[in-house]
Amino acid sequence: MQKIMNWIDARFPLTALWESQWGKYVAPKNFNFWYYFGSLAAFVLVLQIVTGIVLTMNYKPDAARAFESVEYIMRDVEWGWLIRYMHSTGASMFFVVVYLHMFRGLMYGSYRKPRELTWIFGCLIYLCLMGEAFFGYLLPWGQMSYWGAQVIVNLFATVPFIGEGLSQWIRGDYTISDITLNRFFAFHVAAFPLLLIGLVAAHLMALHETGSNNPDGIEIKQQPKDPKTGLPLDGIYSHPYYTYKDIVGVIVFLAVFSIIVFFVPDMGGYFLEANNYVPANPLQTPEHIAPVWYFTPYYAILRAVPSKILPFLPATQFYGVMAMGAAVMIFFALPWLDRGKVKSIRYRGTLYKSWLAAFVIAFLILGYLGVVPVTVWGQFSESLPILGGADKATVVARVLTLVYFLFFLLMPWYTARDKTKPVPERVIWK
Amino acid sequence: MNKLAFLLAATLLAGSGAALASGGADLRMEPAPINRLDAASLQRGARNFVNYCLNCHSAKYMRYARLTDIGVDTAMIQDNLMFASTKIGDTMNAAMTPADAKAWFGTPPPDLSVISHVRGSDWLYNYFLGFYRDDKSASGWNNLVFPNVAMPHVAWQLSGTGKLVETEFENHEKAIAGVIARKGLAKLEPGKDGKWIMLAIEPDPDAPGTMTPVQYQLWVADLVNYLNYMAEPDKNKRISLGIIVLIYLGVLFAFAYALKRSYWKDLH
Repeated sequence: MQKIMNWIDARFPLTALWESQWGKYVAPKNFNFWYYFGSLAAFVLVLQIVTGIVLTMNYKPDAARAFESVEYIMRDVEWGWLIRYMHSTGASMFFVVVYLHMFRGLMYGSYRKPRELTWIFGCLIYLCLMGEAFFGYLLPWGQMSYWGAQVIVNLFATVPFIGEGLSQWIRGDYTISDITLNRFFAFHVAAFPLLLIGLVAAHLMALHETGSNNPDGIEIKQQPKDPKTGLPLDGIYSHPYYTYKDIVGVIVFLAVFSIIVFFVPDMGGYFLEANNYVPANPLQTPEHIAPVWYFTPYYAILRAVPSKILPFLPATQFYGVMAMGAAVMIFFALPWLDRGKVKSIRYRGTLYKSWLAAFVIAFLILGYLGVVPVTVWGQFSESLPILGGADKATVVARVLTLVYFLFFLLMPWYTARDKTKPVPERVIWK
Repeated sequence: MNKLAFLLAATLLAGSGAALASGGADLRMEPAPINRLDAASLQRGARNFVNYCLNCHSAKYMRYARLTDIGVDTAMIQDNLMFASTKIGDTMNAAMTPADAKAWFGTPPPDLSVISHVRGSDWLYNYFLGFYRDDKSASGWNNLVFPNVAMPHVAWQLSGTGKLVETEFENHEKAIAGVIARKGLAKLEPGKDGKWIMLAIEPDPDAPGTMTPVQYQLWVADLVNYLNYMAEPDKNKRISLGIIVLIYLGVLFAFAYALKRSYWKDLH
């Protein structure tokens, strides 16, 4: 065995690669619950690629046959139903895991210096993932696939001057059609998975260069070395410690995943929408079009922004589209917006904690409002000044959109002013 | 963290409460009394489907051969269930063409392969119980669950002719009490001066069916049970496999956790 390894290492840095990326990678020993989601995201990526490849063997990217081929997979292909449910559940669980992973970053300041590039690669992965999910959602060619894609592509049509041409260029046609389906298929199975894999590699290499953050936000690389092991005092090797810890995480995740796949694959219409079991019909617009749950916070922001904001500006939905775009892109700026003296929420003051709580609540309620029609909470009484007659849900969405953006825009101010606690020398463990 | 969760839950609850109170028509459906494991019911449902639905509606993703899942053998399928087709590997296609259907009904009858995913079992069950006589509609029938539906009441000989009965209640509370007392499909609509109207279907004593109302409900339940099966023929397999997978993961977890513990115990 050793001989074979020596032979390979003389020609390819296999051992060096393994040791730098995992085997001898030194990580803080105090990772808690929130640190499972990185490895879980990688696990789901592999799961999606493998199930996706198998689905591709029987799926037909053809407007006349796509819906039928999905039912063929569900009924006639051996274990096709399992592969398909794993893929559809995997798509949603990918976002669950990634959102929790991002929230971990917010809590413990993982985006701060020196990990800005790890964060930026992460944001790019998130963008790519949104694209991947959007392209994939058209493929079953159901009503929601069709009209969801219609709505999203039409967002590009709101861009001044070039919008109409831009949306046609994306579709390759005047409406969503067979041509669109074919190109979305190409993006979904080739272009975006390649991008994702490349970005994940960059994300991990950048992380393994700087070393991991931890729940205390302490830089273990700056600690004195343990004379016996030569490692930082609070550092341990990823292998075997985190290898075996993450395996436990994967098994627990698989249990949750299996409960969904085997018992509630539709997740009450949130993972697979009822309307998507109706084949796409370009002549019949569904009464209520809502995106899949993981896009709904942004959809709520899009709907919340009025088309007429100032008297001298032209009325257009483009303001909403810009707000929606900004809501995603603003994550990139986070490392430079945060001026706190400490990284972790454990040593932050009330200001940051309150803003983070407000942000999370805003994100969740916006997510809910993105699923339901704007009339869900009824209207304010006509007699009220200013608000009279307005949809309550729209007003709430506007306020929460403001909270969403203020969390970022006021961050330089409130993180600098926050009363922080002193950070200890050693991590808190057990 | 707990406070945060509470606040969130409270906000969401307040929201959903407001949505209910905001008024409008309110359809009160009966849960469908179906059992996915009842093979006899599924077989009766398949018979009802073939005899009453398949003339106009296809189930073009469902193969006849697949019916062996619900305990009928190939000979029985060929002799008793295949009227529209000759090969056991064929899918269930209606004799009527979509073009004819559009000309006759104004809209082509939808394919029923996955209709249970689209509508849900409860909706389908109540829909079949929701037909009533309406001289103003083109087919002579209307439906409480799906107003102005193009489909006529195909099983009227079994159920008899239903008629729509309106009952007026003083307020919303009394109307709900009325629905509970009625024990069945009903629709509440706001009337004038804060009054509420309950719409429900009563059998017409002058035009009874060949079945009693309860017999007809069972007939419909069998059909819905079958539609539910047809939308996902592997559902029973999926659920029973799920239990085995979870047990396996439970055992795997015990070993993996013990392994993790034994590695981590030398860390201080």
